[in-house]
Amino acid sequence: MFAFDILIEVCIGYVVLLFLVAYVADRRARQGKIGWLRSPLVYTLSLSIYCTAWTFYGAVGYAARSGIEFLCIYLGPSLVMIGWWWGLRKLVRIGRMQRITSIADLISSRYGKSAMLGGLVTLLAVIATTPYIALQLQSVTLSFGVFAAASPSDWPVQSQHATAIWVAVGLAVFTIVFGTRNLDANERHHGVVMAIAVEALVKLAALLAVGAFVVWGIADGPREIIQRINESPIAMAPNQSSRWLALIFLSGAAFLCLPRMFQVLVVENDDEHHLSTASWAFPLYLALLNLFVLPIAAMGLAVLPQGSNPDLFVLTLPLSQGQNSLAMLVFLGGFSSATSMVIVASIALSTMVSNHVVMPLWLSIRRQGATVSGDVREVVLMSRRLSISAVLGLGYVYYRFSGGGEALASIGLVSFAGVVQVLPALVGGVFWRGATRVGAALGVSVGFVVWLYVMFLPSFGPDVLLSARMMLEGPLGIGWLRPQALFGLHDVDPLVHALLWSMAFNTTAFCIGSLLSFPNPLERVQGAQFVNVFDYTASHRGWSRSNVDAEDLLIMAQRILGPSEAQALFQAAADAQGKQGYLPEITPDFIDSFERVLAGSVGAATAHAMIGQMTSGSALSVEDLMAVADETAQIMEYSSQLEAQSQELSRTAGQLRDANEKLTALSVQKDAFLSQISHELRTPMTSIRAFSEILMLGDALDAEEKAKYSKIIHDEALRLTRLLDALLDLNVLEHGHVTIEQERAVLRDVIDRAVFATSAVSADRVFTIDRNEAREAVQIYTDLDRLSQVFINLIANARKYCDAPRPRLTIRVVRVDGGLAVDFVDNGSGIPAESQSLIFEKFSRLSDQSAAGGAGLGLAISREIMTKLGGSVTYLPGQGGAAFRVILPKLPMERAA
Amino acid sequence: MSHHVLLIEDEPNIMEAIRFFLSRDGWKVSCHSDGATAVSEVNRITPDVVVLDVMLPNRSGFDVLKELRAAPDTRDLPVLMLTAKGQTKDRERAEQLGSSGFMTKPFSNAEVLEKLRSMVGHA
Repeated sequence: MFAFDILIEVCIGYVVLLFLVAYVADRRARQGKIGWLRSPLVYTLSLSIYCTAWTFYGAVGYAARSGIEFLCIYLGPSLVMIGWWWGLRKLVRIGRMQRITSIADLISSRYGKSAMLGGLVTLLAVIATTPYIALQLQSVTLSFGVFAAASPSDWPVQSQHATAIWVAVGLAVFTIVFGTRNLDANERHHGVVMAIAVEALVKLAALLAVGAFVVWGIADGPREIIQRINESPIAMAPNQSSRWLALIFLSGAAFLCLPRMFQVLVVENDDEHHLSTASWAFPLYLALLNLFVLPIAAMGLAVLPQGSNPDLFVLTLPLSQGQNSLAMLVFLGGFSSATSMVIVASIALSTMVSNHVVMPLWLSIRRQGATVSGDVREVVLMSRRLSISAVLGLGYVYYRFSGGGEALASIGLVSFAGVVQVLPALVGGVFWRGATRVGAALGVSVGFVVWLYVMFLPSFGPDVLLSARMMLEGPLGIGWLRPQALFGLHDVDPLVHALLWSMAFNTTAFCIGSLLSFPNPLERVQGAQFVNVFDYTASHRGWSRSNVDAEDLLIMAQRILGPSEAQALFQAAADAQGKQGYLPEITPDFIDSFERVLAGSVGAATAHAMIGQMTSGSALSVEDLMAVADETAQIMEYSSQLEAQSQELSRTAGQLRDANEKLTALSVQKDAFLSQISHELRTPMTSIRAFSEILMLGDALDAEEKAKYSKIIHDEALRLTRLLDALLDLNVLEHGHVTIEQERAVLRDVIDRAVFATSAVSADRVFTIDRNEAREAVQIYTDLDRLSQVFINLIANARKYCDAPRPRLTIRVVRVDGGLAVDFVDNGSGIPAESQSLIFEKFSRLSDQSAAGGAGLGLAISREIMTKLGGSVTYLPGQGGAAFRVILPKLPMERAA
Repeated sequence: MSHHVLLIEDEPNIMEAIRFFLSRDGWKVSCHSDGATAVSEVNRITPDVVVLDVMLPNRSGFDVLKELRAAPDTRDLPVLMLTAKGQTKDRERAEQLGSSGFMTKPFSNAEVLEKLRSMVGHA
């Protein structure tokens, strides 16, 4: 038997060892030498905080009382790890992306960064976890008590309460030292995790050692053990399948929802891939841990005196056999189980209390410029430390209050049932986009209230918190409101009863609340990010570009993250933006990522509120942003409409300008045309009038003069007539409906007619026309009068204007592009290149010599005629003299071909 | 003594008519039908008065008038402009360039005669 002081020394030595482990691991992590600290095995072992003193001592007790039912408690988490690792992976991914600090933070963040929900979940977690912490204190105290009871009388009689206080204080100190070293709760607590992993090994080693001792030291090996088990009451324990199912569900759900489990599973997770190792290694660990539970329970019942506390069989069995060293190892194992749970639970709870209760209160108290004035970092750290002390203090108070009377196992189950009230909001939030803040708040609070009423309050026993009378007869004597037989459901196991009602009300309230309420925009954004976390790589755009000063943000960051980390963060952001200096440009992206980093320290809701205060002086709601965005969209739409309108206007203006130019040009053309006509008409009229006046003189003229002047009048009158005819003809051709009378004929005949008709033009000159009549013997089908009018014009022009000494005109028929053309080429000096494009215009007679007698409309008329006939007349340059090509309209059959 | 008039006109019939009634009135009449050589013809003949058509081959009557008015010898030579276009702007142009008279075709023989007489100071 040890002296008590040796026990204390071993204990202290063990704690010092843990301190060392934690310290070394922390230092290595700080130096960046993470290496094996990040092993998936360390992660798996850290999950072992699921197995608290409740498991270490309680599992054997549970088995001794209720048989193999205890296994359900470990089946649930195993099923979750094996069968739902993808769901865990989603949680881990969300935790990483949103820099989640706790389960309260996750719920708050998912439902629109709601501070109210964060606070509610924190309250629930504190209330549900406090008994659990008390349970750990109790177990350590009890195990001390075992040694004290077995000790010689010279041992100082230690008050159990004093022991519990010392344990609580020691745990608080350890947790404060290693749990609040870094403010960023999202940064892993490598030291703590490492110490927990060591403790996990100690737990396992202790249980395996006791088991081996029991099987091979006390009994004669497995055969006797199995026989003993079969003979013990364990085998006779009732088989309650509904209770078992409830237990499996409860433990699996609690595995996800317990704040400390969330801490190690999600927050402390370094790498998603660790989950795949943990998915088999953790169930294996649980299996090993539970391997000897039944043998120990059976042998304890058989060997130890009647009335021994089965919860302490693990310790009392080796002691009864004089195995003091083994007992010491067991004590350390139990101590490990208790301390690791308390440390992680208090870290998790303190983070939640600090981020979701203290900080929002502090912020609302110091609303004006809270983010800039005062050292937030100190406030947060202090609030964490106080929270840790408070959580442990509460655990102690609960321990004192409850008197440690209840069996360990049932306290654990009460706790479990409490924290799983978060489950619907958690699972719904991660898988159902329609889940809303209202639904989550309703579900959690309804479940919480039902749990308090049907499980937590009655767990203290009659007449402690609820009167015995009320528990038996219901409040005000209303039978169906009895806490443990709600709605008359009394033939059911109390655990099943409590779980059924609390979860039923919780889930129903959650669903109905979600369906009936409308999520605000931030909830929708977060919901989408959570549910589709694997699709989202980019962050949401929560912040508009604001005029916040980078310097101010840095000051705030320094106060929360500490100067060196804040400066490193800003420097990195500035570098990433390619900016000189240490201040990055405050882009929405930067604010967004900055908010996440802050969220890692103070929680999503608080970080959101802080940045909101910084960037706009007050918390910037997403509704505001949406409103701004809507407005912007409207303005953009309006401006694009305006732009379109102005484009339309300028297009119309351009069209008007074009039309105006056209009109102006037409008007100029018309003026020129009228001026030309005026000239062409006045010239013959001038002659007519002048000679008429001369003739009117009468007597002074001789007969020859009279005849000559009369002829001039006559000729000029004819010229006027021709001019008017040509004008009318042109007008009809240009604007009227010309009747084209098509006939069949031989081309030669048409040319004959034209040559004959022009024989009178300049008849005083010798004019030769060369023709190849054989080639002219082709059939044509067109308006023969019109075609000969064109030929006459061309031949007459040649006769009039060909300036060669021996004027000669060659008329030849050529084939062009599968059609037929007639070329008229004279041997004169031709038409200057610059005038070739003008000759087909009206009144474009190149010389003003009226000797030719034309009005300058012939070619214009010819062009109109050929266009109407479906052919053309063009000037043919490079032929020496003036040359025109008349392309004949195609014959109907040629057209068809 | 008879006055000497130079007709610069490209339309033969009109030229003939003017020539006829001026000769009959006792004027000495010279005729020219090309715009390009009109100025040198004026300088060569040195008429007392010029009848100048606007639409001339090769050079417009306005250009001819302009050159005449630019030279010291012909600056004050009486020039009667004739035009068949009959537009106001032509009349303005002629006055601006310093024509002594302006008549629109078709004209009255008597009016032309009267105008020319007044231009040479003939009663």
